[in-house]
Amino acid sequence: MNALEIDAVWKYFGDFPALRDVGFKVQPGSIVALLGRNGAGKTTLLRILAGLAKPSKGSVKIYGSEVRDEPTRRRIGVLGHGISLYDELTATENLVLFGKLYGLDDPAKRAHQWLERTGLERVRDGLVREFSRGMRQRLAVARTFLHDPEVLLFDEPFTSLDDRAIAVLHSLITDAQQRGRTVIMSTHQIREAIELATHVALIRKGQLAYAGERRQEMLDDPAWLYRTFEGEGAS
Amino acid sequence: MSESVFSASSASPRETFFSFLRQVLTIAAKDLRAEWRTKEALNASIAFSLVMLVLFSFAVDPDAMPDFSGGLLWLVFSFAGALVLNRSFARETQNDCLDALVASPLPPAALFMGKALANFAILLAVECVCVPAFGLFFNIPVTTYLGSLVIVILLGTWGLTVIGTMFSALTVNLRLRELMLPTLVYPVMIPALMAAMELTRDLLNGTPLAGDNLIWVRLLIAFDIIFTALSVTLVDIVLVG
Repeated sequence: MNALEIDAVWKYFGDFPALRDVGFKVQPGSIVALLGRNGAGKTTLLRILAGLAKPSKGSVKIYGSEVRDEPTRRRIGVLGHGISLYDELTATENLVLFGKLYGLDDPAKRAHQWLERTGLERVRDGLVREFSRGMRQRLAVARTFLHDPEVLLFDEPFTSLDDRAIAVLHSLITDAQQRGRTVIMSTHQIREAIELATHVALIRKGQLAYAGERRQEMLDDPAWLYRTFEGEGAS
Repeated sequence: MSESVFSASSASPRETFFSFLRQVLTIAAKDLRAEWRTKEALNASIAFSLVMLVLFSFAVDPDAMPDFSGGLLWLVFSFAGALVLNRSFARETQNDCLDALVASPLPPAALFMGKALANFAILLAVECVCVPAFGLFFNIPVTTYLGSLVIVILLGTWGLTVIGTMFSALTVNLRLRELMLPTLVYPVMIPALMAAMELTRDLLNGTPLAGDNLIWVRLLIAFDIIFTALSVTLVDIVLVG
């Protein structure tokens, strides 16, 4: 069974089609780099995959089920532009809250495991508003992985991360893939994304310009993808 | 990390209900804890209510107070309520927390009820300060029918909370949400406010809840039930579209 099936998805904002007939399938254990320029439709597609928006036309299935079905949402982990953590709560309280919402057996234990794994055990009782940017990002990563999701959706995961957080995220994504988890990440950091990815999807003005396996040409020259499939130089 | 980390899936209606209730209480506890740490809405609405009561005490002729008492008290509750309710879903936009909640398996109805419950508790706390202050400033005995007054306040406040929480979700992404919320809430609240004002005025003037009065109580109960059911049903559309 495919981990993800995107079938002829359109999304309109008013009369403007932000996504036009986008469709591809993703096998379990794949890491897909979702590439495209600003405004291409990457975030819109990720929001639809996460169940945060509904497509105007077409459908999205995760392991054969509708995204908004409650059991399907247990299988998804989302890290968007914001950290999605409460400034007024402590690191532990934040993770325990999401652990409870995902119905984990022992949210406190899982929270402490992930605080340790992301190097935040020392500040587990500190309020998030007192954290540095890098610590907040690492806690957001812990929140995303807390319930061991089968499909991970990242929107610009490396943006504004410090070196330590990038290293943590890299190792977690690689580890997740080895355990058969599926990762979709939209990003502008082409080189980092292509190094991690097994597959690449390029969106151009709301349409899918390329979807397939990562090729050696992409590793040798990340701009090759844009030149070949967009007919322009990479920015 | 590969072992099952989820609770066994519950199938029976009873277990589903208790799971729903746990999620409602989780959200309510989270909101109350966050509010307790910042006291943003609580302090602002209590201060605002007291200032309004003081100003009204200068503006209204004490002899005319028995006629105005119910209306005045509920105006204060409504305006203070707008301050609390504005913060409700706006708090979730900070750091895009709402996205994480909507993407989680939390049923939208549980999210709504949890937030409504927290708002209800905060509004009741504000009212616990306002009612004695009102009695003091206007020399009106508020304890004559205290039990009945509490029932009316609970019913009226739940109505205000449900409508306000729903419109707080609806206006959360609007730039002028502070203005839009009261503009949308007050017209919808008119039947419940009318009932609460009538009942409160009668109780403060020494008329017990009986006879003709009870029609207003029924109206308040019906309002609460209808708008709670509507909100719980529609909240998914409001949040996801």
